[in-house]
Amino acid sequence: MNRIMAIIQRDLLKFFRSPALMMASLIFPLVQLVVLGYAFGGKIKNLTVGVVNQDHGLETVRLREMFGAIAANARTFTTVGYNDPQKALEDLREGRINAVLEIPPDFSRNVLEQHAPQIALIEDNTDNFVTSALEGVFTGLVGAFNQPRVEPRVPGGVSLQIVELYPYVPYIQYLLAGSVVLAIFVSAMIGGGIIFIDDKARGLHEGYLVTPITKFELIMGFTLSGASKAILAGLVLSTLGALLAGIPNPLSLARLARLIVVIVVSSMALISMMFLMMVRITDPLVPRAIFGVLNTLLFFPSGAVYPINAFPPWMKSITIIDPFTYAVHAFKSLFLKNTGFVAISGDLIFLTVFTIIMMTFATLLFRRTL
Amino acid sequence: MAAVEVEKLTKRFNGFTAVDSLTFRVEEGEIFGLLGPNGAGKSTLIRMLTTLLPPTEGTALVNGYDVFRQQNEVRSCIGVIPQAMTSDLDLSAEENLNIFAKLYGVPRTRRTQIIRELLQAVELEKWAKHPVKHLSGGMRRRLEIARGLVHEPKIFFLDEPTTGLDPTSRIAVWEMLVKIKKQRDLTILLTTHYMDEADRLCDRIAIVDHGKLVALDSPMKLKASIPAASFLEVSFSAVPEGWLETLKSLPDVAGVIEHDHIFRIASHNGPRTTIELVEAARRADIEVSSLSVQSTTLDDVFMHYTGRQLRDELQEKTYETSLMPPR
Repeated sequence: MNRIMAIIQRDLLKFFRSPALMMASLIFPLVQLVVLGYAFGGKIKNLTVGVVNQDHGLETVRLREMFGAIAANARTFTTVGYNDPQKALEDLREGRINAVLEIPPDFSRNVLEQHAPQIALIEDNTDNFVTSALEGVFTGLVGAFNQPRVEPRVPGGVSLQIVELYPYVPYIQYLLAGSVVLAIFVSAMIGGGIIFIDDKARGLHEGYLVTPITKFELIMGFTLSGASKAILAGLVLSTLGALLAGIPNPLSLARLARLIVVIVVSSMALISMMFLMMVRITDPLVPRAIFGVLNTLLFFPSGAVYPINAFPPWMKSITIIDPFTYAVHAFKSLFLKNTGFVAISGDLIFLTVFTIIMMTFATLLFRRTL
Repeated sequence: MAAVEVEKLTKRFNGFTAVDSLTFRVEEGEIFGLLGPNGAGKSTLIRMLTTLLPPTEGTALVNGYDVFRQQNEVRSCIGVIPQAMTSDLDLSAEENLNIFAKLYGVPRTRRTQIIRELLQAVELEKWAKHPVKHLSGGMRRRLEIARGLVHEPKIFFLDEPTTGLDPTSRIAVWEMLVKIKKQRDLTILLTTHYMDEADRLCDRIAIVDHGKLVALDSPMKLKASIPAASFLEVSFSAVPEGWLETLKSLPDVAGVIEHDHIFRIASHNGPRTTIELVEAARRADIEVSSLSVQSTTLDDVFMHYTGRQLRDELQEKTYETSLMPPR
């Protein structure tokens, strides 16, 4: 035990004396949380819709009043009037406006005669997010336009009432779980990957190998020291991130206790995975070269930034074996739903079994000689 | 019992033989040097003896333990200083020693005491709390020597302990090693490619070349084993015809080569050859412009046994231009 502690002591002393290293493992996930969280989290606003009104009847006035209401409240778009449809389309193609709404000449008459009245929304569909936002607003707007002027006392059709179980979740809160796992991963990558290989290349491990330390003690020492750094990174980011993202009651002791368990289990899983990957590597460039690939391969399919249900089948198969998936799920459950251990027990079991498998293979592959 | 006993020890890497059937013994309490150029197989040999590399063939016993079958027993009784400086630069000298004492399983009570003693022995007490990155190369090497001794080993392996150090630091390290060896009753096995280091420090030297043992004895006996005892380097105001033959015919001369009007003369008796040489110059009516007399060095010994100079192996000086006849 003394020998394991010696390796941990050495690594932690070095870690605390290298503030740049500590910051590096925290800054990337923090920046990502704030930038991505606010970049993707907001509602689309201030679009410009060109309106080509060829009707000028009473019903178009009602439509324009509705546009005005949207411009004043939701501010999704404002309208610009066009007399010439060709000019409106030209401006749409050149990016001066985001869509063109065409109101045909007989629109008001068709509305009054209930003779299949139509308006056309011509979109620049190179930006899916903008078109989705406009389609959503205009669908609602047309729905409201079609409502009978006099409401029946008892509605005849089916209506959908939506009840939200939890308070509104801004995207930055949705992203927080992924950012904490990323902080743990970056720490594992630096501590378990880059520093481990650098020490090996500098001959520091040679110093260990000539001592009577056993293979198991060495592996445990390396894993636990790497995990300690990852745990610290996870703790700092969960606390800071929860405060930044506005998680309700972020310092609740019960949740903090559960978070610590998930952080420890996730750190052990990621550091043991990293250790297995690096166990036979000697070139210091390798961990640096694979960092980007690993980050993309593990982080994005995990459901940290987008729901797994939207992924194609081949990507879903990655999520099944990706430890990030289970860690992200567990953190999301704790941050967004404040669940107990039952809801995350599957994640904890997977991560523990994953750690045992990684450690077993790492031990088998580890060479006690040069 | 010998401290180290090596029998036909061989190491091959993908068909390349780095260490070729070496056999030798290191007696308890001696400083034993492995002398050879870079790539001679010295580090590979030391790595096998310190359990870092498994041998391909042969056996080696360190303090009576088999390096292949009783690795932990071997590790417990040896101290090792690798060629590269491997102390942690961010940690202090004391912290480095403390961590290695823990790795060697030194009990807490003994740890504090031995660390203090060792820092004193290597004259680093004042620097105990300073990060290693603030120490000079020589101080770092002394710290590494202390690190190798935290568990009070019986046998100390040093792989090129003074490589990269300035002359003053090298001498300080030598003095430190001699002092520590006496204080702690150590057996030391070191590798070096510095002849003066081997000459000054070692009780016995094994000359290794291309993985093979080419000579083994005390420095004095090795030097005595080659035909010439002295070398004279001389130049003259003029070189008369047949002068090379005249020099070769002088008493006690074993051989002469000329390069750029400088004559290098191997002699069995330096002083007498010097007198004869001056006399021959006077007879030929020329003056001796410069003259230096050297005793045999280990480089001459190395050249004698391998046909090459050790001090500058890049020169690839061969037997054709050398005075030393092969064995």
